[in-house]
Parts: sequence; structure tokens; C-alpha cells
Amino acid sequence: MSLRRTPLNQIHREWGAKFVDYAGWEMPVQYSGALQEHLAVRKAVGVFDVSHMGEIEVRGEDALPFLQRVTCNDVSRLGDQQAQYSALLYPQGTFVDDILIYRFARNHFLICVNAANREKDYDWMLKHRSGSVSVEDTSDRYVQLAIQGPRAADVLQQLTPLQLSTIKNYRFAVGPVCDVECIVSRTGYTGEDGFELYLPPSAAEKIWRALFEAGKEVGIQAAGLAARNTLRLEVRYPLYGNDIDETTTPLEAGLGWIVKLSKEEDFIGRQALESQKSEGVRKQLAGFEMVDSGIARDGYRVFFDSCETVVTSGSYSPSLERAIGLVYLPPERAVPGEEIAVEIRGRKRQARVVETPFYKK
Amino acid sequence: MNVPDDLFYTEDHEWVMVEGDTATIGITDYAQEELGDVVFVELPEVGDAFTAKDSFGSVESVKAVSEIYAPVSGEVVEVNESLTDAPETVNEDPYGEGWMIRLKLENSAELDNLMSADDYKEFLKEEVG
Repeated sequence: MSLRRTPLNQIHREWGAKFVDYAGWEMPVQYSGALQEHLAVRKAVGVFDVSHMGEIEVRGEDALPFLQRVTCNDVSRLGDQQAQYSALLYPQGTFVDDILIYRFARNHFLICVNAANREKDYDWMLKHRSGSVSVEDTSDRYVQLAIQGPRAADVLQQLTPLQLSTIKNYRFAVGPVCDVECIVSRTGYTGEDGFELYLPPSAAEKIWRALFEAGKEVGIQAAGLAARNTLRLEVRYPLYGNDIDETTTPLEAGLGWIVKLSKEEDFIGRQALESQKSEGVRKQLAGFEMVDSGIARDGYRVFFDSCETVVTSGSYSPSLERAIGLVYLPPERAVPGEEIAVEIRGRKRQARVVETPFYKK
Repeated sequence: MNVPDDLFYTEDHEWVMVEGDTATIGITDYAQEELGDVVFVELPEVGDAFTAKDSFGSVESVKAVSEIYAPVSGEVVEVNESLTDAPETVNEDPYGEGWMIRLKLENSAELDNLMSADDYKEFLKEEVG
């Protein structure tokens, strides 16, 4: 099967990208180097093509009650031009996907979903659709660019008459960027200030080039999936398929804050999460850092007591210059200071549970 | 891609420089470029012995880990300790300061199994396509 390419594929080649197969897409994994790209986002600004992410639009009179039923956060708290991190859950309380919900109006929402889950999420939402609701996969209508870093606003402001200072965290606006109407959202997956831009594919090249022109002075950097992964891991944002999936619940993943058991409406997964909450979780996602030398990678075996599990995400942390990772442990072991062993190239090496996020500003 | 003429090469992208009965070993420019930013190098200790094609260590970039294989058999007589604190040297100077270990050659006939610079260039062409 041939890989899907984003409309910016040729531009990435021009920018010197190396590519990787990610969820069926040929995506830039790095340009000049993952370290440099990571640090550019922490110190200045980086631009990621994240067009592989899916967009699903929900419209209709019953859009709100429908989303209250299929997601675990409280959508009624969301005003127009606001975004909310949430999840689609199975009845057993585990993840179908983690998502971002944008509210345009009472009867119009856009859901940003993970690339690998796009079809699954769409089918799931169709299956649970009720009342006057339309669900449409509109992914192909958008190129998504993430402009992330402390200088992101300075750079993007040069391309738009929108007053970016008025778009607070987790809010968005619709307006012209390089004279093309875009969704400008103050969100991201890096732990830095920044924006996610949803734009028509026909304008992608123009906006990409304009961003790099505007950001030249502050050292704007094209950044790939390698940097995106280390940036999100340092601030402990979970990655679907690694840290969360159909076997884990938000409570286990440390995402209890997106589960609103207090909301009036019933939602899929609610019962399971209520009992999990009252009984207590059996495993908890914990951060660790290596004490011995070596880098713990995704899937490496982890040993504690007489039990065995695996690293869900593990990498070198460019900001901390240490090897860090995430692992599910029993609650009594998921405590800073606890020691575990990670098998690296056949040898058990010592690691220690630490506070997360690993990286704080 | 830099491929110095006076070295021997393996299909796993290690290089070997032979001086008398000592073989200095590192990874090639192509290998470091493919790996990306090297952040950790794990090497054996002086006195360890390896048979050709044994893994003697590993090199890790932000994104990936790669085993390093002994191109020839022998005992480790020197290790580039400076890579512990400055693993990026492997990217910056793969054929020079980025060398990894020196082996005392056990059987110089094994060198015949390695590629010349021209062979390796040809091999890269096929590898890269």
C-alpha cells in the first residue's frame, strides 16, 4: 500500500526532510536534526506539518447532547471559539482515542483526532449517532500546521490581522492568514506557547513559505516527528498507541481531569470509570529516568518485584540531557523515588520513578 | 557522502583503519547521517575480546539505536572514552575524533572479507537506491 502524502510533501523535500512511515503517512521525521529542532521549539519557534491528524465535523441541533454522550469531558462548559481536550471511550472506560473538540457554535463542532484512529473514530461516532446530528470526515479539507515555541506569536502575528494576544490558551479564532481564511487555535503538543493552524490545502505552500520568511530573524525551524515526540514526552503528554490505547483508561493514564463524572448526561464509559474510581486503579502511568547508562526505548522490558511490563514511551530528553520514559506501575510503585529495572540490550539497568512533567519551564 | 580511500568498510557501515596489527574502528559518514544526532555511545572495555560480526557496542541517536559490529576479530586495546561526554563527535568527525575502539588484530586474513572504499561506494549506491 502506498503511503499518503500531505500537500506539503514536496516542500519538505526542499527543506531537507528525512521521512518516516507514520500511521500510513509519509511524514518528516527530521530536517536538520532532532536535537536542534527540539531546542528551537523550546527557545524560539518550530513549525510542524501535522496534516496527518484527522478532522471530523459534527453538526446539527443535537450535536451537543451527542458529544456529551460519546466524550468524557463536559462539552457544555465549552463556549464558542473554545477548544477542549477529551476522549472517546469504550463502555469499559478505555480509549477509542484522545481528541480535541473545537466549538464553533451550539450546533457545530470540529474534532481533531489521531491519524491512526481517523476511520475508527468516524465509525464509532456514526455508530453512536442519534437525533439530529451529522458526522463528517473532513480531514482532506485541511492542512494542519503547528507553530510552537515562545516566539510563535511574534512570527504568526506578521501574517494575520487577527489580534493573537486576544486568543488565550485553548481558544481559537477564524480569520485570514496570508489573506486565506484559517482556523487559528492556541493549542499544541509541545508544552510551549503556540498555535495550530487549520488551512485549505491550496494555501499550504504559500503560508509555509511566509512563516519561514517572517521567522527568519528569530531562527524559525522546520521540525519533524522525532522532535514532536521528545517535546511531548518531556511534558508527559500521552501518545495514543504508546501510552494510552484500548486497554487503558484516563484514570490510569493520569488524565482524570478530562473525566467529568459530575456532568449530568450519561456518557459511554461512565459506569466503568465510576467503579474504577471507587475501587482505585490497579496501574498508573508513571514517569521514570534512567539511573544507569543507556536509553530506555518504547517496548523495552521493565522489571519490578517479580513482575514484568514494558516502557510505553522512552527516549533521550534533549532539554534535560537524560534518558526518560513512561511505564504503567501499580499505584504503590508509581511514586517518585521507587526503583525499577529496564532491560537494555540484554542487561537490566536501574531506573527511578520521578515527578512529571519531566520538563518544567 | 565522505568515503575515505584508505579505509576498509562493512555492510553494517563500520570502517576499519589498519596500522600494523592494530585496527581502529568507527561508523561511517553515511551511518552517522542516517542515525541523526548521536546522544549516547556504549563501548566495551579494554581487554574484552570479540569475534568478527559480534556486536561490541551501540550508538544511540534521539530517535534510534544501532548496534555496532566488530568488522574483524581481536582484543580491545583502546576505547575512545571522550565519546562518553561528547557523543556528538561521532556526527562531527566520524572518521577522525569519532573513532570508537582499537582492536589487536587476531587474523589479518579477515581483512579480505571487508570492502574497499570503491566497493563501499558501490554498496551505498545500491543501498540508497
